[in-house]
Order: sequence, then structure tokens, then C-alpha cells
Amino acid sequence: MSSSERFSITSLISQPLLTFALLLVVVQVLLALFAPWLGFQDPFQQVMVQRMKAPNALNWLGTDHLGRDVMARIVYGYRTSLLTCGIAVLVALVVGGTLGMLSAFYKGWFDRIVMRIMDVFFAFPIMLLAIGVIAIIGPGIWGASLAIAIVYIPIFARLMRGSALVICESEYVLGARAIGARDTRILFTHILPNLMSVVLVQTSLLLSAAVLVEASLSFLGLGAQPPVPSLGLALAEGRNFLLLSPWPAIFSGFAILFLAFGFNLLGDAARDKMDPRLRENQT
Amino acid sequence: MTAYILKRLVDLGIVLLGMSLLVFMMIRLIPGDAVAIMLGANTEITDAGLHELRARLGLDQPILLQYWNWITNALRGDFGTSIWTGRPVATEITANLWPTLELTFLSVLVGGCLSIPLGCFMATRRGSLSEVLTRLVTITGLTIPSFWLGIVCLFLVAKYFPGVSLLGYVPFSENPIENLQKMILPVIALSLPMLANLSRLVRSAMLDALNQDYTRTAKAKGANQRRVTYKHALRNALIPFITSLGVSTGYLLGGSIVIEQVFAIPGLGRLVLGAIAERNYPLVQATILVLATGFVLVNFIVDLLYLAIDPRVREQ
Repeated sequence: MSSSERFSITSLISQPLLTFALLLVVVQVLLALFAPWLGFQDPFQQVMVQRMKAPNALNWLGTDHLGRDVMARIVYGYRTSLLTCGIAVLVALVVGGTLGMLSAFYKGWFDRIVMRIMDVFFAFPIMLLAIGVIAIIGPGIWGASLAIAIVYIPIFARLMRGSALVICESEYVLGARAIGARDTRILFTHILPNLMSVVLVQTSLLLSAAVLVEASLSFLGLGAQPPVPSLGLALAEGRNFLLLSPWPAIFSGFAILFLAFGFNLLGDAARDKMDPRLRENQT
Repeated sequence: MTAYILKRLVDLGIVLLGMSLLVFMMIRLIPGDAVAIMLGANTEITDAGLHELRARLGLDQPILLQYWNWITNALRGDFGTSIWTGRPVATEITANLWPTLELTFLSVLVGGCLSIPLGCFMATRRGSLSEVLTRLVTITGLTIPSFWLGIVCLFLVAKYFPGVSLLGYVPFSENPIENLQKMILPVIALSLPMLANLSRLVRSAMLDALNQDYTRTAKAKGANQRRVTYKHALRNALIPFITSLGVSTGYLLGGSIVIEQVFAIPGLGRLVLGAIAERNYPLVQATILVLATGFVLVNFIVDLLYLAIDPRVREQ
């Protein structure tokens, strides 16, 4: 089955949940991508006389403690969050996925050593490992991104290994071997394409979790540093002015929720669509 | 069965060894001169100061000897002294251990206990609408940032009950009632994502179990619905539940770091964040090692619990 068959427009309409999730994700990603050209206010501009205003006609979501437009801060915060998490998940997918796939394919001592190392990383609680990595390389967007990537590498490796093991035993891989196909050919034309559905689903689910980890890290002051617009940072700053003006904290929280929710629902609904047998086994 | 336990013990040993190596290497992986960074955080950097601190941390010895000294001391509960306060690291950790343990324990208790009836309830409501609702509600619960939930709760309480103080921590031995009062909001914030995750898991495990042959047999021999649900289906559905409970503990340990920051609870999370801020690396290392080891041990115990509850594992 080709991927275009799976994602045709007609099949989307018959899947309201999937459509809704896709819409939610696409809108937020587009907002982040095109933020500078959509007529939002300057997220860095401080208007001291307009500090801590409730939502109004000029600032739709109000202003923060430095008089900056909360809506612009949130949209640019999406940029920070998606950039950090996107790079992290991509790196983890490429590194972890390759390690997992090769482990399943070659088995033996390579598999044993790689998976033992992955087990060690996997044994740390996620936030703790991320904090440990940041303690080494220092806080910031790149620190957070690398931390999330390192946390996710063993997750992707295990996942890909598990899925690839099944495919490696399949008859078409045996057949390819029998006619003398080279390893690289088997890996890239037989195994990898069949892993794509698992990859897409898990990437979406893990992006959702990455958004939450990134927000937590910047909330703790370990991710994006001021004055970078960041959703987690906005929550941390807004927390100090809660009783004066709860709006920045409340709206930033909703933004994190919508972003994480969108990716999670997308992965969840896509999992049903692609393979009903996988459903609810991996939550 | 003995073979199974032995194999798990070997796995445990390897993971703990790898973990300790990683944590040990931390201080050596810091770009630049970690000792100068540490020293520069609070004092002026001088050659004598560098030399003295390096000697105190044992960084002038061969690396294998360093590891050996570090790990044997750690096993004896000696993590060295904190660079700035001069207090033993182990004392600082034990002083901050209880709030984190209590927060984690109460959250596991609340999330775990509520998820079973909730999951069973959701399993009995079939039909497309309730299925969609279940899914939306549990995914919301799973993706709601717990620290945000904590902040919103704090805000609402501060606004509508201005007299109530909910920040900080009071030891249980000092004042049990105030201790539990102050734990209510943090536990709600921390256990909600876990509750969402676990109740969904219980639901699908229950649906699975209710479709099995043994459930049909139980029904056929005339057992009533309640007995079938709780005696036959639930007991089998609990097996995946217990695994998830172990994994969730790790999530909670990580989540509690953030929640402690929101509610100003003096736990290990605050300790490690403070240590990072003042570049007190021995303290960072020790705290991470203790928390991670705790998590690994919890999962080891969960693995052993399988032996007790699942005869199939025992026979293998």
C-alpha cells in the first residue's frame, strides 16, 4: 500500500478525529512557520505603559509584565518549541532509528552491545536524563534540543528494532536474500519502507511528549533563555505576576496543551488508520 | 524461576554499572575546564584554588582509580562534601529526600487507585461517541502540562481563598494535617497525567480480558456480572497495569522536579536545580545517581511482582 493511498482526501473525511488532529497540528505549524509575515506585533517590543493588560482590541490575548504582546509571544513561542523539538526528534529518529534497524538486521554482538547501551540510557527517568545532559552542556535552546534528542535515541532504537525484527523474518526479506541482494538494498528498499507507518505514528506521539519536556525545561530555566519567546518561559515569568495578571500564564499553558494535544491525537488517530492491531498497545 | 531471577539480577547489575559510569563521566564531559567553571561560579579563579579543588575532587588521579574511589564511596553512602556549603552531599540528599518521596508515593497512590475504577467504568461504556470522548479526555489529561495545572490551581485558590497558604512543605512528623493539606494541589497536578494514561490502559486491558474465553466460561457457568468483571477479567487486566505503574514512577520522579519548583517544595528537584545553578557538580551527580537508581530498583521490584501474580512467567 502506498502512502498516498492511506492519506487520500476521501479517507480523511471518513475519519473526523484524524482530520481534526491534522487540522490542529497544521494550523499551529503554519502559524509558527509564517509568524513574521502574518502581521503579529513584535514579540520583543516592550511597551511599559501597556503592562499586564487583560485581552483587548489591540492585544487580543493581553500583554505580559514587560508590556509585550502575549499573542505574538505565543506564536513565536511555537517557533521556538517546534524548532527545538523538531530538530531533537529528527536527530533521535535518524540516530536511534538507524541503530535499531541495524541491530535487528545484523543481530549478534552488534545488537547486544548497542541495545545494552540503549538500556542504560533508557533506565533514566526522561526528565532526569534531560536535566543531566543540560547540566553538562549548559542551558539554552540547543542544550534542550540535544537533551531531548539523547533522551529519545534509545526510545526510537528500541522501537525500530522491535518492528524491524518482525520484518527481517518475513518471506520477502528472505526472498531478497536468496536472490543475492546486497545488505544496503535489503535495508533501504525492503525494510525501511515497511517501517514508515510505525515511524510516522511514533514521531507524532513523541513530538507531543517532546513539546511537554521542552516546556518543562524552559519553565525550569534550563531551556530557552530570556528574551527568547518561549511557552515554558512565559509560564515561569507569568507565575510571578499571577494575581496581578493571570493572562500570560493561562494562555501560554493553553498553547502548550494545544500543541502537545494536536500531535498526540494525530499519532493516536493515525495509528488506528494504519494498523488497527497496534492500537492501544503502546500508550 | 531461579534462572529468571538470576537473569534479571545480571541485567540489573549491568544497567546500574552503566548508569554509574555515565553519571561518573558527566563531570568529565563538560566542555572546557569543569573545575574552573565550578570555581568561577562563586569565587575568583586562581592557580592555587584550581589545584586545591582538583585535588579535593580527586581529579588529579588516574581515571580508573577515580571511578573506583567514587563508586566504592558512593556504595557506602559517601558522596563527598558539597563544594560550597561544606556539608556532606549525602546529608543534603537525605534532607531533601522525603518531600520528593512523599509527593511521588501519594501521586502513585492516587493515580493508581483512581485509574482502576475509572478504567473499568470506561470499559463498560461502549459505543462510538463514548469511545471518542474517552479518547479526547484521556489525551487531554496526558498532554496537559502538569506544572501549568499546578499554577492554575494555585491561582484559583489564592484568588478565592486568600487566607490559605499552600506553598512550601511541612514534615509529616511535625504536623500531619498541614503536611497533607499542602500536598493536595501538587498531588492533583502530578497524578492527573498518570491517571489519564493508566485508566486508558486499564480500559483496553479490561476490554481485552472481557473478550477472552475464560470470561465467557465464567459467564456460562452462571457467575454474575460483577463476579465476572472483578474476579475474572480485572485480575488479568491488572498485569499490564502493574508494568505501567512501574514505568510511571519514573515519569513522576521527573514530573516532581518541576512540580516542586511550582509549589516551592524543598525536594530533590529543587536540590538538583540549585546545584546546577551554582555548578556544584558532585551534588548534581549524586542526586541524579540516587534518583535513577531508585527508579531502576522500582522497576526491578515490578518485574519480580510478575512472578507473584502471573503463573505463566513462573513456569517459563
